[in-house]
Amino acid sequence: MEILIYGITNSVTLALMAIGFSLTFGISGVPNFAHGAFYILGGILTWIFINQLGIPFLFSAILSIIVVGLLGFILYWGLMLRLRGLAINEVIATLAAAIVIIEVLRYLGFSGFTYVLPEFIKGSVPIGKIWLDYQRIFLVGIGIALIVFLYLFTHRTKVGLSFRAIAQNERTAISLGIDSDWTAALSLAFGSALAVVAGLAILPLGSIDTQMGYDILIYALAVGIVGGLESVPGIVIASIILGFGQIIVATFFKAQWQTIVTLAAIVIILAVKPSGIFGKYKELEERV
Amino acid sequence: MAEAAKMRRERIDRGIKARSDTIFALSSYRDMLYLILPRFLPIALLLCLPLFLGSSYWGKVVFYACIFALLALSWDFMASVGLISLGQALFFGVGSYVSGGFNFYYKWPIFLTIPLATFGGALICTLLLVPVLRLRGVYFSMVTLILPLLFDHLIETLEILGGTHGLLSLSPFPNHWMAVYIALIAVVGILFGFRKLITEDFGLVLRGIREDDRVVMAGGINIYWYKAQAIFIASAVGCFAGALMTHYYQFVGRSAFALDNTILPLTGAVLGGPGSFAGSVIGTFILVPLSEALRALGGLRMALYGIILIGALAILPEGIFHYMERKYHQFERDVRI
Repeated sequence: MEILIYGITNSVTLALMAIGFSLTFGISGVPNFAHGAFYILGGILTWIFINQLGIPFLFSAILSIIVVGLLGFILYWGLMLRLRGLAINEVIATLAAAIVIIEVLRYLGFSGFTYVLPEFIKGSVPIGKIWLDYQRIFLVGIGIALIVFLYLFTHRTKVGLSFRAIAQNERTAISLGIDSDWTAALSLAFGSALAVVAGLAILPLGSIDTQMGYDILIYALAVGIVGGLESVPGIVIASIILGFGQIIVATFFKAQWQTIVTLAAIVIILAVKPSGIFGKYKELEERV
Repeated sequence: MAEAAKMRRERIDRGIKARSDTIFALSSYRDMLYLILPRFLPIALLLCLPLFLGSSYWGKVVFYACIFALLALSWDFMASVGLISLGQALFFGVGSYVSGGFNFYYKWPIFLTIPLATFGGALICTLLLVPVLRLRGVYFSMVTLILPLLFDHLIETLEILGGTHGLLSLSPFPNHWMAVYIALIAVVGILFGFRKLITEDFGLVLRGIREDDRVVMAGGINIYWYKAQAIFIASAVGCFAGALMTHYYQFVGRSAFALDNTILPLTGAVLGGPGSFAGSVIGTFILVPLSEALRALGGLRMALYGIILIGALAILPEGIFHYMERKYHQFERDVRI
């Protein structure tokens, strides 16, 4: 029972961390290594809006989602546009952007117990013998809602379909009238905004630590690699595998072994099925 | 606008270079100097540098610059096979911990631990990366980015190899000169060794893999074996750098796996000009003294590397070395069209 509940919350947390990254990289082919940095930046911006400017939580949350989304858009339009097509340079440039953001935040001292975001509703509820706080329940709800939303968005709406189109074949997409630069910029903005949504849901459970910016990126990469970057079901399955794996290992062995699960999962998946559990398109072209 | 459109920049190779890439028809001392100076002058300058600076603070900076130049060379070598590493810290850390570990637990002398760390460490790194050799491009980079951070977590949580405290009071080099000259000679040797290697048949296959690996496969060549060899060579250089640094500091800790050790060489190589090896050395010899001069900024230096990296990618993607090389080897003039 314990394993079930903690496993579910942990899995949803992982899925939330990965979802924005997967959207930008897996679905429209733009690697956003600044994902973790945006996650932290969103949390800190919200904290500033609430505690220094006195804006109510809901508005601060929306405001920081918009601000970071715009930043993502600017990152694409100002920088990535010059490097488009050179996948490696895109990775290096976004990673550099992530380092700039995280290290500046660290320098300004935004880290530690002062920087705590409010929970949506305080308190907790008993499930069996375990007291589960409302925030975690919200977390699971938000996670499931976002995954369903993402699936519908990328399969039913025009913008979502164009996101997938430029990843599959950019030239064909252009010939069908999709402005690929605009779409890619939009996708980066969207992914960054999702990073902030994830941050707002997860961060109230602890305090904000800038170092987490790098860890989030790693979890997002791990989920993406295991699940297959371009598929929404892949994210779900990979989060469940990794989430439950971590909790089971932590319960039966030692909490320290959790990180090993991530590594082991990545290595096994890459050795057995390099395109990830649900990866299809890029199996031959990009990975192997 | 109409005025500018009529002019075109024309570039013409200078005569000596134009005859052949490897065979030169030399007719005068001027021609010889033209070829020898750009190779000889930097080496002479490099080898004389410690004599001017002595074992002062800036003398030590030369040593750090050499260490990061070695890491950047190793990055550049992997990049010329198409394996873009975002985890030079892995090589650095493994080299550091192998030499530090043998020195700390078994008290082996440093002239045993450094070669052992170079080749043993390279073997460990290669075995770690063999499962992911089939990955290309961005996917390979992701794995290399993750590995050093995981090692960092492992050492922290399992409390092995000194845990968070690290291994202290390792044996030092006999004196400063020896350390600096070993590092300098290694940089010069590896720089010219790599430049030679990449033009040989072996290097041709490696560059072929970068350009189009499936063509190389179709040529009946086992690209994974070649990639593994390339990783072994690159990681040996990286591990050697780590081992040198460990004994220079007389300390090895989790900081060996830190992101700094990845970002600084990467920035150096990208700034200097990837693919040329010389660019990596130029880039790091600009960056390291710069970052030492800005030591007062503390943590912001990492952000500075990031800004330089973005700037280099956006403004001068070919790198300083290729830019200088072009200016040296070509006439430029504006012609009317």
